[in-house]
Amino acid sequence: MLGLPGKVDLDGWEARSCAISVSGMTSELPSRLVAALRRRDWLISAWPWRALAYLISTVPLAGLLAVGLLVIGAPLLAAANGLQQGRPPSVALLLFLAVGSLTLLALAPMVSYPVAVVERWRLGLVDNRPLPASQWPGLLARYRSAATWREVAYLFWLGGFVPVAYWVFLLLVLLDLGMITSPWLADAAEPVVVWRPIESTGEAIPYAIVAVLLLPVFFYAAGLLAAAQAVVARWALASPVDTAALREVARSRTRLVGAYEAERRRIERDLHDGAQPRLTSLSLQLGLARLDVPEDSPAARPLAVAHDQARGLMAMLRQLVHGIRPQSLTDLGLAGAVRELADAATIGVTVHADLDGELPEIVETTAYFVVSEALGNVARHAGATHAEVRLGRAGGDLVVEVTDDGRGGADPARGTGLTGLADRVAAVDGRLLLSSPPGGPTVVRVELPCRR
Amino acid sequence: MTRVVLAEDEVLLREGLVALLTRFEFTVCAAVGSAPELLDAARAHEPDLVLTDIRMPPGRHDDGLRAAVALRAGRQHLPVVVLSQYVQTGYAAALLDSGDGQRVGYLLKDRVAEVTEFVDTLRRVAAGGTAIDPDVVRQLLHRPRDPLGALSAREREVLALLAEGRSNVSIAGRLHVSEAAVGKHVGNILLKLDLPPSDDTNRRVLAVLTYLRRNPAG
Repeated sequence: MLGLPGKVDLDGWEARSCAISVSGMTSELPSRLVAALRRRDWLISAWPWRALAYLISTVPLAGLLAVGLLVIGAPLLAAANGLQQGRPPSVALLLFLAVGSLTLLALAPMVSYPVAVVERWRLGLVDNRPLPASQWPGLLARYRSAATWREVAYLFWLGGFVPVAYWVFLLLVLLDLGMITSPWLADAAEPVVVWRPIESTGEAIPYAIVAVLLLPVFFYAAGLLAAAQAVVARWALASPVDTAALREVARSRTRLVGAYEAERRRIERDLHDGAQPRLTSLSLQLGLARLDVPEDSPAARPLAVAHDQARGLMAMLRQLVHGIRPQSLTDLGLAGAVRELADAATIGVTVHADLDGELPEIVETTAYFVVSEALGNVARHAGATHAEVRLGRAGGDLVVEVTDDGRGGADPARGTGLTGLADRVAAVDGRLLLSSPPGGPTVVRVELPCRR
Repeated sequence: MTRVVLAEDEVLLREGLVALLTRFEFTVCAAVGSAPELLDAARAHEPDLVLTDIRMPPGRHDDGLRAAVALRAGRQHLPVVVLSQYVQTGYAAALLDSGDGQRVGYLLKDRVAEVTEFVDTLRRVAAGGTAIDPDVVRQLLHRPRDPLGALSAREREVLALLAEGRSNVSIAGRLHVSEAAVGKHVGNILLKLDLPPSDDTNRRVLAVLTYLRRNPAG
């Protein structure tokens, strides 16, 4: 939003699922290799060894798959090479390639299943977050699901690309080792070739020093290689998130919230138009009756008690109805209701409203709740003397901004006020952004989509 | 006899109010259940006082209030008392801005249960006074930024009672102080609120009116 320091962005799924995340939680132990690599104690932790175990255990599996792929890959390369030199491939070769490729494709989903099982298990070496195992879906379903073909893609990646990367890495390691040993091996008769021949021990020593210094780099590079492989594996092998189902859940939540809101409104209306005036009428009648009953009559006391109770009930019902749906919102609309809120606040509040057109009821109520809660927080925690509320439209969104001149440093991790707000905002598919650097100012910004 | 036009959409409450008014020797010229009917009845009967609910048909929003404001636009001095289910300072301000800014009452509906006080309030407004519900006044006085911040606690108390349209005698009785002391407090309030002395008997209520106009909440 405003690019202020100390910003907590409650964007996207974090806010929508209401797990408010505060960045900078580096004190925790890393749960996966990628995170561990960024730490200073990487080299002395267990992670390099875990990465090494992961890399080494990759070799047999990737090797096996590479051989399988070469059955098709080698003739294909040969044919391509021949074509380049103007020799058309023979019919037998083409037939072999066609049949071979089809067989490979047909077999791949079957092969990829056990491979995926092994790979998910092996991923545990470099990633503590468990990956749920996928169920065998049945033969036909296996060929139809998108997850299967992602696993197949992973199969080809593991058999095709990974071995090449490993070879390159291995060659670099061998080159480094060669440089380290070169002072002992190099002589004029048998020069060690790095990128130019080294013919004497003296010539070799600088290379050896550089190579020794490079060793830690290889540890990091091995870590990177394993981490990259793990990221791809995780991406390909994670049970797919059913986005259609998620969308449906989000939609049904919005529907539920809408229905809930309509119901609240109906209850408020029924109470306001039905129960409240009748209760007022009852209190009035009791008040009238009291006028006619002499003070010393035995009926006077119970009548007075009934009158008092009816009045107490009126006050109670009024508060109850207000809690269901603020009356001011029904009567004055959002801008007016927010001004009433500002009026009732214990600190000075300026309201700027720039709203045109009607807002969906649920958006109005949510915005009202946001302002009410935010002003409540300001009064309770911020030590502020003045706050500013801005209501406006931005595209299809209603934007609510509450700014105060308090001490800042609001932390969603402490206290439930902000979490409750984020929940309420997420329920209508909106988002909440908070900027509260120490020393202030604190800005709470809420964006609520207004599509009906 | 004070002639009243009454508007309230809930039948039972309307009948109760009619009984109350009749008992205290008001004449109810018309008792209606919607804002347009109120406009018609008030124009037909030219009453001494209009008593109306705020939320009424047809819109079920602030129709009653708008009708009252419209009536006072036509008859500047028409005394009007509106009943509101909730404290809304914006409504009070709109009402006080209508007509000549006097002879208006803004009360919570609950007040009708305090039968005699309610009738007193109606009489005060019909006689040219102004009455603001104590809850509205309390809400306004709670704001620290307001110009009333300069007032002492006692002066606030006095102002709150003033705003209800009470006389010095009544305030003195209420606060258990001498009438002269109340007079001194009132003088201080007017001084601190920068209200110039004049012959206007409602100058004291103007203390609250000025404040409301300066901070229209609607």
